[in-house]
Amino acid sequence: MSKDIRIRKGLDINLIGAAEQTTSKAVTSNVYALNLDDFHGITPKMLLKQGEEVKAGEPLFYNKNKEEMHFVSPVSGELVEIVRGARRKILTLKILADKTQDYVINKVPDLDTAEAPAIKNFLLQCGGWPFIKQRPYDVIADPDVTPKAIFISAHATAPLAADVDYVLKDKEQELQVAITALGKLTPGKIHVSIGRSSRSPFVDIKGIELHKVSGPHPAGLVGTQINQIDPVNKGEVVWTISPQDLLILGELLLTGKFNAERTIALAGSIIKSPKYYTTKIGAEISTFLYASGVKEDRFRLINGDVLTGTKTHTEGHLGFYNNTVTAIPEGDDYDLFGWNKPIFNKVSTTRALTFSWLMPKKKYDLNTNTNGEHRAFVVTGQYEEVFPMDIYPLQLLKACMVKDLDEMEQLGLYEVAPEDFSLTEFICISKQPHQQIIREGLDLLQKELG
Amino acid sequence: MKEKLHQLKLKYQGKKMAPAFNALHTFLYTPNDTTHSGGHVRAADDLKRTMNTVIMALVPCLLFGMFNAGYQHYSAINGFPENFDLFEHFLTWDNFWLGLVTVLPLVIVSYGVGLAIEFLFAVIKGHEVEEGYLVTGMLVPLIVPVDTPLWMLAIAVAFGVVIGKEVFGGTGMNILNPALTIRAFLFFAYPTWMSGDKVWVHGAVDRAGTADAISGETVLGFLAQGNASEISYTLSDMFYGFIPGSVGETSKLLILLGALFLIFSKIASWRIMVSAVIGALTMGLIFNGVVEAGWLPEYSKFYELMSFDFWKHLLVGGLAFGIVFMATDPVTGSQTNRGKWFYGFFIGLLSVMIRVFNPGYPEGVFLAILLMNVFAPTIDHYVVRGNIKKRLKRLKTATIYPKNSDEVDSLKTETA
Repeated sequence: MSKDIRIRKGLDINLIGAAEQTTSKAVTSNVYALNLDDFHGITPKMLLKQGEEVKAGEPLFYNKNKEEMHFVSPVSGELVEIVRGARRKILTLKILADKTQDYVINKVPDLDTAEAPAIKNFLLQCGGWPFIKQRPYDVIADPDVTPKAIFISAHATAPLAADVDYVLKDKEQELQVAITALGKLTPGKIHVSIGRSSRSPFVDIKGIELHKVSGPHPAGLVGTQINQIDPVNKGEVVWTISPQDLLILGELLLTGKFNAERTIALAGSIIKSPKYYTTKIGAEISTFLYASGVKEDRFRLINGDVLTGTKTHTEGHLGFYNNTVTAIPEGDDYDLFGWNKPIFNKVSTTRALTFSWLMPKKKYDLNTNTNGEHRAFVVTGQYEEVFPMDIYPLQLLKACMVKDLDEMEQLGLYEVAPEDFSLTEFICISKQPHQQIIREGLDLLQKELG
Repeated sequence: MKEKLHQLKLKYQGKKMAPAFNALHTFLYTPNDTTHSGGHVRAADDLKRTMNTVIMALVPCLLFGMFNAGYQHYSAINGFPENFDLFEHFLTWDNFWLGLVTVLPLVIVSYGVGLAIEFLFAVIKGHEVEEGYLVTGMLVPLIVPVDTPLWMLAIAVAFGVVIGKEVFGGTGMNILNPALTIRAFLFFAYPTWMSGDKVWVHGAVDRAGTADAISGETVLGFLAQGNASEISYTLSDMFYGFIPGSVGETSKLLILLGALFLIFSKIASWRIMVSAVIGALTMGLIFNGVVEAGWLPEYSKFYELMSFDFWKHLLVGGLAFGIVFMATDPVTGSQTNRGKWFYGFFIGLLSVMIRVFNPGYPEGVFLAILLMNVFAPTIDHYVVRGNIKKRLKRLKTATIYPKNSDEVDSLKTETA
């Protein structure tokens, strides 16, 4: 039995430079790096010192608040640098990779007989756990809590995002193993959403409830799907995991090896030949960026898609959760009378002398210009047009800004993650930082109540 | 030019005058700001574009108002033309010139005083100059009588901008519509200049009491005084706007076009406009019904206005202008889509009610909108409550599994 989801409110942003569906193997990276900002809310405690040798899959550090939760190295080599910031906060761990990779082989629990605690312990010890995130708060899941359901979105609608069906092709075995294991961690269901006309490998997977999603972005965001299928109430917890990470979990459960290999999409108007690469978590982006070539020297390089990704640079490394790397032009230039002349080359939801409504199929070359200055909230009723959840977005944002915990709770902050506000942020006339506001709201709520 | 301004911007950065400079700079060039948090791309619209769209919708009303100022003036002196011809009698150079010299000063004073205060506050408070006043400054000359003394307008604008907006924190924070605050200030401070039969036609006040005295009563003025039979204007006069009234409010055709433009460009809320029209028609129908049922004696002072055909209310006075350009102000109106229906409906309803029952001044739309401005947060509160209740109802069936850490277990045994 499956419930189909049809999203009407939303906006597809068509950009130039979608990745062509061919995969190359990226050049092996010399140095791998874990960016600790990827693990929001985790206070790391190092298990290794600078200069020590590490195997692939060997724990590098653990979560200070949950000692069993290990974070492992994607490759074997030498921990060459622990980059620290203000107040000695660890920012990045850099590992100089060995020529031949040496893996830790973990003892795999027997999935037929293993109970939830055994699987949990295995994932926590072997570095598979951080892939599982939870709502509320959009952080790495708390292993002490049993979720009411697990949600997986296998349908990407974000601009230039990697095509999930393509990335998962012929990986049924890993998916099935990972799903079976996850299924033991919740008494509820595992909801998997696929595109309406997709040929997803999930069709044949057992132990899931399949949903077919259609409609514009954010139909593919897991938050939208949760809201449609089984919204999070106060006190409830759901887990989310992205399908590409299921592959790593699957292989971990099959072979006992933490294989950080991942197929990623390199996309964006700056890239000469955008396509897919197989590489590893933490690899230098330059190992595949220049294989595809760039059209300009100055551009914005993004770990992730243009709406939710994090800014990086050509010496940066692939993020822990990312399967897309996007490069778009920087927009740090002035535009003469940009506020009143007719605009044909930018996306807009209004028709105030902006003409993207005339050409819904046109692909755009957007840059990073904000197209205006930051202002107080003025216009109303616009966010609702691209926000399909049963939540009042403007009111929730304002509740977060004034730090009103009661309002935040009542208006549904438990149900959302910052990424759910990426589209309202995109169309915001007042250029408010919606995702940051929601992130700070979630952090505050977790600190006070979580 | 671009480079020089950029250098200047860097020079002013962090200085006290930076907001003032940036306001002028961003007027010329959309700034070179790039995204630094959250998403990396942004849509094309900003607040300047939004406000500019409203101004574009207002320009036809302003131009028409200029022609009409001249037309009403000359017609009051020479009598209305027998066979009216648009190009021969209305769109003439004489009319336009007279309109220009009477209306343009209003526009200049409104913008000059208002923007000066905006700049002053921006510099003092160190925030950017906000665009809200671009629309307010345009609305103000359109909703005042043509001969409003400029000093009066300047005082009212200063009051409206400071008390109506800046004390709350500027654009986006105000409770009352600033343009209507200005209008209300004028109305209550200088009532003789805001109503009667002398203020709607240029020159009528100066000539009052002389042999050349002229006058021009609005349709509503005739009705309020029970002189419906003296109305010489046809329905098409009212629709096209060849009647006395505030500068920009007379032409319902151009207001309608402006409304369609604003709805099409998705800048103004169609929900508010539609519901306000429904509200006005409803109240008009109720009054008509009361008259038809014979509950109201003919000598009643309300008789004329209450028996005025319900749909004609939209054609006279400032109701249409108020609904399209003032009620739809997103800052002071309801912010939820459902709330907008109630908000608009009551504006329409109250406008016609005030119009009929207020003997002193037969125009109620500005009071109705100001009143609903005050109630808009209350409406939103109940709409949002509905959403919260739905969420609380869902909570009853929530599946919450106990946390398997020791702390929770011990708590449980204690309570058990």
